[in-house]
Amino acid sequence: MTLIIIIGILLVGGILAWIAARWSEVASRWISLTAVFVNLVWAVAILMSNGPSFDLSGSEWLIRYDYPWIGRFGIGISVAADGLSLLLLILTFFLGAVSVIVSWREIRDRVGFFHFNLLWVLAGIAGVFVVMDLFLFYFFWEVMLIPMYFLIGIWGHENRRYAAVKFFIFTQASGLMMLLSILGLYFIHGSNTGTYTFDYFELLTATVGIRTGRWLMLGFLAAFVVKLPVVPFHSWLPDAHSQAPTAGSVILAGLLLKTGAYGMLRFVLPLFPDASRDLAQVAMALGVAGILYGALLAYGQSDLKRLVAYTSVSHMGFVMLGIFSFNEQALQGVVMQLVAHGLSTGALFVIAGALYERIHTRDLTVMGGYWSGMPFMGFITLVFVMASLGLPGLANFIAEFLILNGSWQVAPVLTVLGSLGLILAMAYSLRIMQKIFFGPPATAASGLHDLNLREKVVLVPMTLLILFLGLFPQYVFGASRETVRDILGMVMRSQADLLQNINDTP
Amino acid sequence: MSRADLVSLLPHLVLALGAVLVMMVIAVRRTHFMVYVLTCLTLVAALYFLPDIETLPHEVGVLFVVDGLGVFNTALIVLAALAVAVMSYAYFDSREERTGEYYVLFILATFGGCIMVISGHFASFFLGLEILSVSLYGMIAYLRKRERSDEAGIKYLILAAFSSAFLLFGMALIYAATGDMTFSGLSGYFSAFDELPLLVTAGLGLVVVGAGFKLSVVPFHMWTPDVYEGAPSPVAAFISTVSKGATMILLVRFFIAIDGFRFPVVLTLFTVISIASMVVGNILALRQQNVKRILAYSSIAHFGYLLVAFIAADELGVEAVNFYLMAYFATMLGAFGVVTVLSDGERDAEHLDDYRGLLWKRPGLATVFVVTLLSLAGIPLTAGFVAKFYLLASGVGTNQWLLVILLVVNSIVGLFYYIRIIAVMFDSAKEGELRPAGYVGNLAALLILAFLLVWFGVSPQGIIEVIRGLVIVG
Repeated sequence: MTLIIIIGILLVGGILAWIAARWSEVASRWISLTAVFVNLVWAVAILMSNGPSFDLSGSEWLIRYDYPWIGRFGIGISVAADGLSLLLLILTFFLGAVSVIVSWREIRDRVGFFHFNLLWVLAGIAGVFVVMDLFLFYFFWEVMLIPMYFLIGIWGHENRRYAAVKFFIFTQASGLMMLLSILGLYFIHGSNTGTYTFDYFELLTATVGIRTGRWLMLGFLAAFVVKLPVVPFHSWLPDAHSQAPTAGSVILAGLLLKTGAYGMLRFVLPLFPDASRDLAQVAMALGVAGILYGALLAYGQSDLKRLVAYTSVSHMGFVMLGIFSFNEQALQGVVMQLVAHGLSTGALFVIAGALYERIHTRDLTVMGGYWSGMPFMGFITLVFVMASLGLPGLANFIAEFLILNGSWQVAPVLTVLGSLGLILAMAYSLRIMQKIFFGPPATAASGLHDLNLREKVVLVPMTLLILFLGLFPQYVFGASRETVRDILGMVMRSQADLLQNINDTP
Repeated sequence: MSRADLVSLLPHLVLALGAVLVMMVIAVRRTHFMVYVLTCLTLVAALYFLPDIETLPHEVGVLFVVDGLGVFNTALIVLAALAVAVMSYAYFDSREERTGEYYVLFILATFGGCIMVISGHFASFFLGLEILSVSLYGMIAYLRKRERSDEAGIKYLILAAFSSAFLLFGMALIYAATGDMTFSGLSGYFSAFDELPLLVTAGLGLVVVGAGFKLSVVPFHMWTPDVYEGAPSPVAAFISTVSKGATMILLVRFFIAIDGFRFPVVLTLFTVISIASMVVGNILALRQQNVKRILAYSSIAHFGYLLVAFIAADELGVEAVNFYLMAYFATMLGAFGVVTVLSDGERDAEHLDDYRGLLWKRPGLATVFVVTLLSLAGIPLTAGFVAKFYLLASGVGTNQWLLVILLVVNSIVGLFYYIRIIAVMFDSAKEGELRPAGYVGNLAALLILAFLLVWFGVSPQGIIEVIRGLVIVG
């Protein structure tokens, strides 16, 4: 029930914020902030109460709740959380709070509707991370699209309409593919066993033929590779990220992309272990392609937000590489990467937003020499740029190191190619610093004021967190270890079964 | 006729009486409001007299079968008619001084639709269809002073007459081959066939042409956009819901009775029609700038989708058809309702420009429109999503992968033009040229429709049980 209430708080909070804006815009902002913050505290409390110092080893599903919804199709309101879900929930609410605060000054018109959309996106994302019913999963998967579409389409930058439509159609189209696969699985399992249900735990036991399994997996994968995104399905991302308002970019990069990775970990691998193994080489190759391609294009951008968007493509390539390496190290790295990338890219978008507020452009070529005027912002940027390029001591380093370490054991050549991405990351990251804060001072360089208190409230905790996770990564590992082992167990068991079958048949 | 027969036909009798009554009242005194109230009362009375579930199914002679399927859809049609009546009052009140006769035609058309959904015989099929069509000629051309309204009326008249001729010829051929016109009798003949004789194939083909015209599926769709554009908005809403829905249910009844999908030629025929409707409807909608035309093409595409469940023709398929029709009715009525509310005496609010900035000018109305458009696009939280889910489920359940995948692809194409309307609505507001008058009833109806769309999208279990209870068991 807890999880339902958590999502309910966001939904109700969204409606309240919308109504409240009729009388007072500030009230609307405070309602949203309160709703998200309460959830943040609550999610952390759940994690702490189950595992002191975040260690969840040995425990499995923490808070499960089932309630029949559409009995006709065996659809239930089934939610549950494990370490992975909780980590991502915490990330969701943290970045949610960040989004509300960064919009405090930036969003001035239609404030109520803005916060309504913001909270409903968060509710959709939170739902995706905890539902254990495939129909409901698809439901939430789609529910987060509409408000996001509005966020980009109404409050975005100059080319917002195009970006919003592109985002919507890409994700909706791929989502429908997933729906087909979900239905296929539903009917196959139903006709095999006689129980027609969308329940995740029940469907885990479904036996699907190898050929059918491949097709069904491709349907799921379609939705997830578009969201992640994997090259060549990424083309919606630079547009959406660069056109969205700051809060929208933070949520897109920090959370929406994570739903793709989460989907693969939670659904693709456990439901289709055989098909996943067959596809592993291709998937890893696509991941590496994403790492290199994203990094190269990031280097070539002159629009700051577009640049950061392409770095996301690159970083998510690591996630793809790690997921399909099928070993614990790599998967732990993936989880770390999800958290770290959410923080670091989120922060970079916040900085891009802060700069935009001051100089009203995202064009790197007209910036330069801002360090003297804004040393504090420069320092914070430096930290996150270093995080992005994988400097040891910061969370992203741990993540990428573990992923590469894990994938090396199964695909050395691809790993070597992927590591080149780190060098490219160096190039584009330093270019950010160079263009904005160093070099010849731009005309507007003087007279800019440094980060104000509100921006510090957002950026300083993010800085501390990324440093903290870099130094004490075991907090993340402890929480996610059991999930990762579970997923791996399912993949390996099916492999063992397969070998057994081959040995049995003479 | 026994008492039980009369009781089971009460809703239809009430409608017929209502039409006569309205006609006589007009002869005495011509007040728009009174005629309108009388119409609404007639419809409510028809709803009230719907037969008890325990008495179902009941056959009235050879002509009518009053069963769960028929009763559910009668209720659906009458409810839809009620919504259209509310819209019509607001619409015609500000445009036309001679409003009375419209309601006579309107009740008759509703009556025709209700007859179609319970008919179990070619004769009642044809009579119902003709009552509906003939009333529609007048309703479409009701705004005589508008050129396009006349044009639409004539176009519909000629094409409907043609299609009726096809239909009659088809029925005659089937009768010639089998010597029977009742669905139950035909089912016996058809079950004897291993493959269809040429004469029967030709007959079925001609029946499909006639029905296809009413459903406005490709390739019998040419009239649809012009008629929707020219007809008064409430009438367009009526054509797109009642007229199409009644025909669909009739086809379901007929093809299930004769087990038509056993024959490859029938299966191929409907598969081709379904695919063509989805593809053509959606692609032609893409370039439209006129909201009424967009809705017309969208309705063509939607019947292409609906045929997927029709072709499945199993228990789930019939259930899906009923749920889909219900969701589609509510959605289309909502959409045309918004168009009606925004229209003024000069012209209908049909240009995309009339909707620019609507979200800021009239947030409530725009929200309703957004909900209906999202429902048409099949996005979760709306009834349209559950409906589309039903179609996909029935398609996947019967392994029609080609149709299902095309349905998905077409839904994506459909998104483009629905989203385009939504995008226009949240553009910055500009002063519109239309000066619509406000009517409370209209807005209330829209609110109820929007609420139903969301309610059935969030919690469909209740209505699903109603449909299953009536349609599957009954």
